[in-house]
Amino acid sequence: MTLLDSLRIAWTALRSNLLRSILTALGIIIGVASVIILVAVGSGARSEVEKQIASLGSNMLVVFSGSSRVMGRSAGAGTELPLAESDLAAIRDKVQGVVAISGQLNGSGPAVNGNTNWTTTLSGVHADFATVRDWPIVSGRDFLAQDLRATAKVALLGQTVVKQLFQGQEPLGATIRVKNAPFLVIGVLGTKGPSSFGRDQDDLILLPMTTARGYIVGKSQVQNDQVGQIYIKFGGGVDLKDAQEDIETLLRQRRRIQSGEEDNFSVRNLAEFMKARTEVLNTMTYLLAATSAISLIVGGIGIMNIMLVSVTERTREIGLRMAVGGRQRDIMRQFLVEAVSLCLIGGLIGTALGAGAAVLIANAAQWPVLIAPSVIALALGAAAATGIIFGYFPARRAAGLNPIEALRSE
Amino acid sequence: MTAANAQRATAPQQAPQGASPLIRATNVTKVYEMGEQTVRALDGISLEIADGDFVAIMGTSGSGKSTMMNLIGALDRPTSGKLEIDGRDIAAMKSDELAELRNVKVGFVFQQFNLLARTTALRQVMLPLQYAHPRVANPEAVAKQRLEQVGLGERLDHKPSQLSGGQQQRVAIARALANNPKLLLADEPTGALDSKTSEEIMELFRTLNRDGITVILVTHEPDVAAYARRRIVFRDGRVVDDSDRAPLAVAAGGGA
Repeated sequence: MTLLDSLRIAWTALRSNLLRSILTALGIIIGVASVIILVAVGSGARSEVEKQIASLGSNMLVVFSGSSRVMGRSAGAGTELPLAESDLAAIRDKVQGVVAISGQLNGSGPAVNGNTNWTTTLSGVHADFATVRDWPIVSGRDFLAQDLRATAKVALLGQTVVKQLFQGQEPLGATIRVKNAPFLVIGVLGTKGPSSFGRDQDDLILLPMTTARGYIVGKSQVQNDQVGQIYIKFGGGVDLKDAQEDIETLLRQRRRIQSGEEDNFSVRNLAEFMKARTEVLNTMTYLLAATSAISLIVGGIGIMNIMLVSVTERTREIGLRMAVGGRQRDIMRQFLVEAVSLCLIGGLIGTALGAGAAVLIANAAQWPVLIAPSVIALALGAAAATGIIFGYFPARRAAGLNPIEALRSE
Repeated sequence: MTAANAQRATAPQQAPQGASPLIRATNVTKVYEMGEQTVRALDGISLEIADGDFVAIMGTSGSGKSTMMNLIGALDRPTSGKLEIDGRDIAAMKSDELAELRNVKVGFVFQQFNLLARTTALRQVMLPLQYAHPRVANPEAVAKQRLEQVGLGERLDHKPSQLSGGQQQRVAIARALANNPKLLLADEPTGALDSKTSEEIMELFRTLNRDGITVILVTHEPDVAAYARRRIVFRDGRVVDDSDRAPLAVAAGGGA
């Protein structure tokens, strides 16, 4: 009896009880579908986080003023002694491996082009900002050192601002009014996408730090040389942990913080922070997938149950097969093939349903759809294993029948 | 019926008769343990059945004839004694060896046909070929030939529900012939058929026997037994009558 013959027999048997076969396979279908959905959604979310990590800029540390170690990034930032140009210069000069460094002083306000206006984030930055953040300038030019020296009224626009203010017109060379002051658009930034906290990173206008401090961010709130947060990009071979310690030591000295006292600033490696989030996400994904694998076990018990019924119903057929020369192992194999076929068909249906649902969820969440072939192989493998494990006992029972009694049964 | 085909199919089996018997039972017993009780279904049977013979095994229910048939068909092993089928003692064989013996040497025909539901005639006949070792090269062609041999060359794709009782039994006979067995073992083959169809089926057995195959019938119907050359009557696990070529009417009286 070839495998093809066994498959043909299994198919005939499964088809002759179609509804029962489908209901039996339901446990497997649900199990496989949920594994596929969870893993697909999990990897979609993960790839999204990874994209956000990349959008932060690589090999980068951020310094915030204020002690915000416990409460998260924004808590208390800027409420204490702010970071100043001198801090930035000290880091640049004294910490090893700094490639580029820039402050980012944030405010917000309306920007007007003709009769269109749009309230957006206004960020004062240094000339290296785009380099530090790995943020390409897609047209025009970056800020130059002289723009900062001259407090030039020039601006770089994020994609969202371009869309809102220009609606298809060429922004480069245009003059927009920001907080009622005219600014020349010298460049347009590439798309960054939403941040890990869902904020649209492209909804901003970059201005030279010096200009922003004077005009934009609101003089009352700003000391003369305040730089907001400091972004520091390091060279490829630099250990960010060492760099982080160097910066902390340097700033504690500069801010005259006694040993034992809390820092009133914080140095963060945002990529690390987000990687930790990814880890948690991974763990959750696999935990949930494992949970849904339990339904494979439940489904397997269903399979075993129905296979036992099938063996009982087909006792006479089994007797006949034995009479015409079927050996015990032939009978055993036939029922195993049947159980595995049932599970694999359930697995395929489950994969199709799971993939469909994953696509829907990914579309709704605007994630990329990620269904790795390895996951499908794993799910189908698990389904087949379920068939073998739970088909074994019924198949053994079939193979162990006495041919005479089997032939005589009704 | 294509007699030429039948002849060709069975040609290799036409060994000289009388050399060694196809079945040789020596003091065969079969004892069933039923809880506290032991039932001696066969109580020291010794008999020989020659290759090419046509034998009717008769007896009332509980006479041991079905038990004997199960042993001759290698479906079971004797409790003691020797039972040789084509020179091989089945008492010493493992269940896989018995299965192979059944596959190659024995063709079963049952009262209730025992065809598989929703399976075409061709597939039914292919079944023993699929279980054969080594594999049969072209099982479809062989199965088709067997169906032609029993006069169902036009019904290859019919399922049991599309066939009459007589046709179903012919499919079962074609299936029994699939691996060119030496022995055709029929258990009440006409029990579910009307008398006209029964005659046709018995004629088919007679033709097959003439072509060289040994036929053993288990029956309690005298007019069916009348087709056989030899009649063996069982009672209480023993052979009580083994008169060769008994005349029709007398056989009927003796078997009742």
